[in-house]
Amino acid sequence: MKNILTIFRKELRSYFNSPVAYIVIVVFLIITGWFFTSNLFISGVVTMRNVFDIIPFIFLFFIPAISMRTFSEEKKSGTIELLLTKPISDMDIVVGKFLATLTLTAIALALTLIYVISLTFLGPIDTGSIIGAYIGLLLMSGIYIGIGIFASSLTENQVVAFIISFLIVFGLFLLNKVLIFLPPEFASVLEYISVDYHFSNIARGVIDSRDIIYYLSGITIFLLLTRTSLESRRWS
Amino acid sequence: MSIKVENLSKYYGQQAAVNNISFEINTGEIVGFLGPNGAGKSTTMKMITTYLTPNKGKILVNNVDTETNSMEVRRKIGYLPEQNPLYLDMNVIDYLEYAAELESVPKADISKAIKKMVEVCGLGEVQHKDIGELSKGFRQRVGLAQAMIHDPEVLILDEPTSGLDPNQIIEIRNLIKKLGKEKTLVLSTHIMQEVEATCDRVLIINKGEIVADGSPDTLQSKFKGQLDITLILKKDSTDKALILKAVSSIKNIDKARILKEDENSIHFSLTGLKGTDVREDIFKKIVSMNMVLLGMHQEETSLEDIFRQLTNN
Repeated sequence: MKNILTIFRKELRSYFNSPVAYIVIVVFLIITGWFFTSNLFISGVVTMRNVFDIIPFIFLFFIPAISMRTFSEEKKSGTIELLLTKPISDMDIVVGKFLATLTLTAIALALTLIYVISLTFLGPIDTGSIIGAYIGLLLMSGIYIGIGIFASSLTENQVVAFIISFLIVFGLFLLNKVLIFLPPEFASVLEYISVDYHFSNIARGVIDSRDIIYYLSGITIFLLLTRTSLESRRWS
Repeated sequence: MSIKVENLSKYYGQQAAVNNISFEINTGEIVGFLGPNGAGKSTTMKMITTYLTPNKGKILVNNVDTETNSMEVRRKIGYLPEQNPLYLDMNVIDYLEYAAELESVPKADISKAIKKMVEVCGLGEVQHKDIGELSKGFRQRVGLAQAMIHDPEVLILDEPTSGLDPNQIIEIRNLIKKLGKEKTLVLSTHIMQEVEATCDRVLIINKGEIVADGSPDTLQSKFKGQLDITLILKKDSTDKALILKAVSSIKNIDKARILKEDENSIHFSLTGLKGTDVREDIFKKIVSMNMVLLGMHQEETSLEDIFRQLTNN
């Protein structure tokens, strides 16, 4: 636990020591802000709906972008060798990096609470579905970060890591959209794998253990895959 | 803290990077791995530090197996990898703190440990700078400082002086010598003088195998070949061929030839038999011929020659 915290603090600090964190947060807020204000001023509806609809799309790019450097950079500079010969387990490193990236995403998400607060001055809001949507977005980002970190552990090239994680994330996201073209017996299985399907459940304000289990097991799978990828250096 | 390596092998695909090597390093020794690039020095070090696992054989650090109990081994070892990788965006103090935390230095001792490393490695003037701004020499010191932050009993340094200028090399060598007094130290290099200057013992590695093992002195005497003697005489009316003949007839001289000749002097190149010293006889001979000796120089086989002999194939 102490080791996870050490890695976590270092990773989070390196996000905020470089322009990366600020750039992605600003871009994230500009896009969500535009969708929030245009909805509010043009249609005059008091809702977070538009913002919550657009965030999963932003995550498709945003999360591969912030997670691509986690291991690629260490592989490229060789610091991975330092890290992996310190007396801490590979899993501690993976979890520490995961939590740091999740925290950065959570900070970006938390900043959109300003929209929610400003809405409360204008009219009644659906608190349940808003809380649900935030939990859903955080879980969704968790699984995407897991994928991003895994992709990053595969290569020392950050661009390649970005492309790999984007492809996986995009595939998972798209599944729900192509279901209508598939035979029904396939569809129900693919629906369960789809990130979007579980998100839409939670975003309605219904927090079902099945959806939570889906996200937590997805995160676990990708973190374990990342550890395996780190260990693969020993296989040759 | 001893290191014991038994029948160690590591393959990359079909090729053996390290091929069935065994050696033992005793507590307090400074051992140099010497070998050309790609000889298997780094691979051996990576296996000792648990970064890689051997395909065959095992490594015991103070009787602890690197594979079954890697965490305990890692705690005992301080490691400076090849190329000295560092987090360039961190400042020196933060980085040392991070290294100390990763090495599980107790929280109360961390600032003391950092202070000590800053002092030992001479990092005082740059301690608040980002590592990316530092010169290569300072970066190397930071690398050494992080390797020693937890006061390990074993230090493994992979090419600690590569890429440094001559002054920095001397500084780092002195630092290594200073550190080596209290620790078991293994360093790798392909520079012969480095080993002669710092190590108690040399392992010459070539193509994944140990081809020589011993102190620089024993290696020198063991591999001592013929003696190469250069002789410079003042030129006078004596016939060159006559001198050559006279010199060749000295006991234990194998071959003699004229190296070059200028206005005032003649240079001879003589080869003496292995394990002899012919300088006195040469001197007496010259004197008896009434000639003037301007210079005589005997070349001993250097570690560099041994290295070339063993690794040039």
